[in-house]
Amino acid sequence: MTVTMTGQDFSPGADAEAHSLGTIRVLVAKLGLDGHDRGAKIVARILRDAGMEVVYTGLYKSPGEVVNAAIQEDVDVIGVSLLSGSHVPLFRELGRCLREQKAEHIFVVAGGVIPEQDYAALLESGVDAIVPQEARADLIVTTIRNLITARGRI
Amino acid sequence: MTAFTHARPVRRAAYVPSVDLVRDVLAGSILAIARMISRAEAGYAEASEALAQIYRHSGKAHIVGITGVPGAGKSTLVSALIKVFASDGSKVGVIAVDPSSPFSGGAILGDRVRMNDAAESCQAFVRSMATRGHLGGLARSTLQAVDILDAAGYSPIIIETVGVGQDEVEVVTAAHTIVVLSAPGLGDDIQAIKAGILEIADIHAVSKCDKPEAAATISALKGMMALGTVKVASGWNTPVLAVSSVSGERISDLKNAIGRHWQHLRESGELADRQRGICKTRILGTARHLFQQKFNDEAGEVEKHIQAVMNRNMDHSVAARLLLGWNNEVPAT
Ligand code: B12
Ligand SMILES: Nc1nc2c(ncn2[C@@H]2O[C@H](COP(=O)(O)OP(=O)(O)OP(=O)(O)O)[C@@H](O)[C@H]2O)c(=O)[nH]1
Ligand SMILES: [Mg+2]
Repeated sequence: MTVTMTGQDFSPGADAEAHSLGTIRVLVAKLGLDGHDRGAKIVARILRDAGMEVVYTGLYKSPGEVVNAAIQEDVDVIGVSLLSGSHVPLFRELGRCLREQKAEHIFVVAGGVIPEQDYAALLESGVDAIVPQEARADLIVTTIRNLITARGRI
Repeated sequence: MTAFTHARPVRRAAYVPSVDLVRDVLAGSILAIARMISRAEAGYAEASEALAQIYRHSGKAHIVGITGVPGAGKSTLVSALIKVFASDGSKVGVIAVDPSSPFSGGAILGDRVRMNDAAESCQAFVRSMATRGHLGGLARSTLQAVDILDAAGYSPIIIETVGVGQDEVEVVTAAHTIVVLSAPGLGDDIQAIKAGILEIADIHAVSKCDKPEAAATISALKGMMALGTVKVASGWNTPVLAVSSVSGERISDLKNAIGRHWQHLRESGELADRQRGICKTRILGTARHLFQQKFNDEAGEVEKHIQAVMNRNMDHSVAARLLLGWNNEVPAT
């Protein structure tokens, strides 16, 4: 189960820990009027190759829809790919929906085109991690694994 | 480079014991249902008592299996069916199965993309499931997920199998009503592809009937059925329906056929046979799994026998019997 065929080098320690927590499930989501889906699809493949189960929402979803899907799928993480520039209000609404639905146990990880000056505002709205656009695959994977490892089994 | 995260430690959610979730599952809590399905999938021993309690509350739902080749239009059809069933006030549940990667163990579960809108507008429960190495077109815990939805009051519960080729037809002993979906434009392939799964259908549907090629597929299917290769079970006539999930054409006819088959099963007494089949498969399947697990845990035991078989001291058949503790039995072959 822990073997990856992608040639990426994930540290065995992180791997073993993540697997003792069971299979990590991630909802890769596109929020709002943002048709850039290449990044989301690449991220989905990176996570799949790292042994995670990935559900993709498709384009143009509202924060409420994404939260409902995340709850039914019982994902550990919502990974939002956002390139439209509307990240601040959309993540604020996503955080509000998660609280309203009592689903704050689900982590939110943001990626795409997000200027550094907006990081603080996103963390404030309930985003748990922001992955810079030029990040390599292993950073995306370890960011998610570290969150789950710190949380423990639920 | 690093990711930007909070300085404070991540919040931790407590592990709620599975038995404490049962009441919420039965009351229809989406959070509890979803979590219970994850516990069944993970196979936690801790969850087995809760799942046993839930099982006692199941048995009311109509379980509908949708199967067909990859890309036949299964997910799109399920999405259309969610809408027509929900318009009658049904609480629709869906389990959509996709294969896990044999290399990484991960999976991209793509069925939900097509069902999201219907799930959202109809308050259906849609869950994507990876096979996690299980063969046969379903996941090992698919029927436990069905039990959970059943106990929570969902019906019908639609299972979308992995896109199947010839023989991955475990759904036959998982569902009450099997819909085999064929796609038009497969030409001569239809013979080969259908050979294995043609017989299992309670209802044949041909997708994408908005396309001109659909007519040929329908007549090919009807032709094959006229040849009599298809089972004739207790007076049920397997219908062939052309549907379009895009235009919505004849989706309600399909819904009605599914309803008629359910009625037929109950009135003819065939339902008991199906249920017996489902139970039998589940018991044997679980026994097989437990047994596999036992020998994964006791790898040393197996290793001893491997050495003996490699050295030609005994053959695999004797070794297998020793492993099972059936030492006294004479091998049948
Ligand atoms: C390709 C592209 C397009 C293509 C999109 C094709 C497609 N189907 O995806 C097309 C031509 C359609 C397009 C259209 C537009 N685009 Co454009 N587009 C780009 C471009 C050049 C590259 C994006 C891309 O695909 N990169 C490749 C992928 C693999 O990288 P990525 O998405 O960044 O993803 C990586 C990481 O960010 C990270 N990641 C991404 N998501 C996530 C999620 C998680 C959870 C994690 C952990 C990591 C992660 O991992 C990925 C892999 O490394 C960018 C410029 C840029 N620098 O990004 C502009 C850009 C995104 N577009 C832009 C604009 C303005 C538009 C248009 C509005 C242009 C117009 N006026 O018509 C339209 C809007 C379309 C729409 N409906 O939304 C702007 C956005 C400005 C902003 N955010 O403020 C950009 C930034 C260009 C610019 N500098 O102005 N675009
Ligand atoms: N024209 C037309 N296209 C359809 C119809 N139903 C599905 N499709 C298209 O067929 C393609 C496959 O549809 P899916 O619903 O994903 O097929 P599937 O059988 O679930 O596929 P897998 O789960 O990958 O095996 C998509 O591009 C759909 O848009 C239909 O009724 N008419
Ligand atoms: Mg599908």
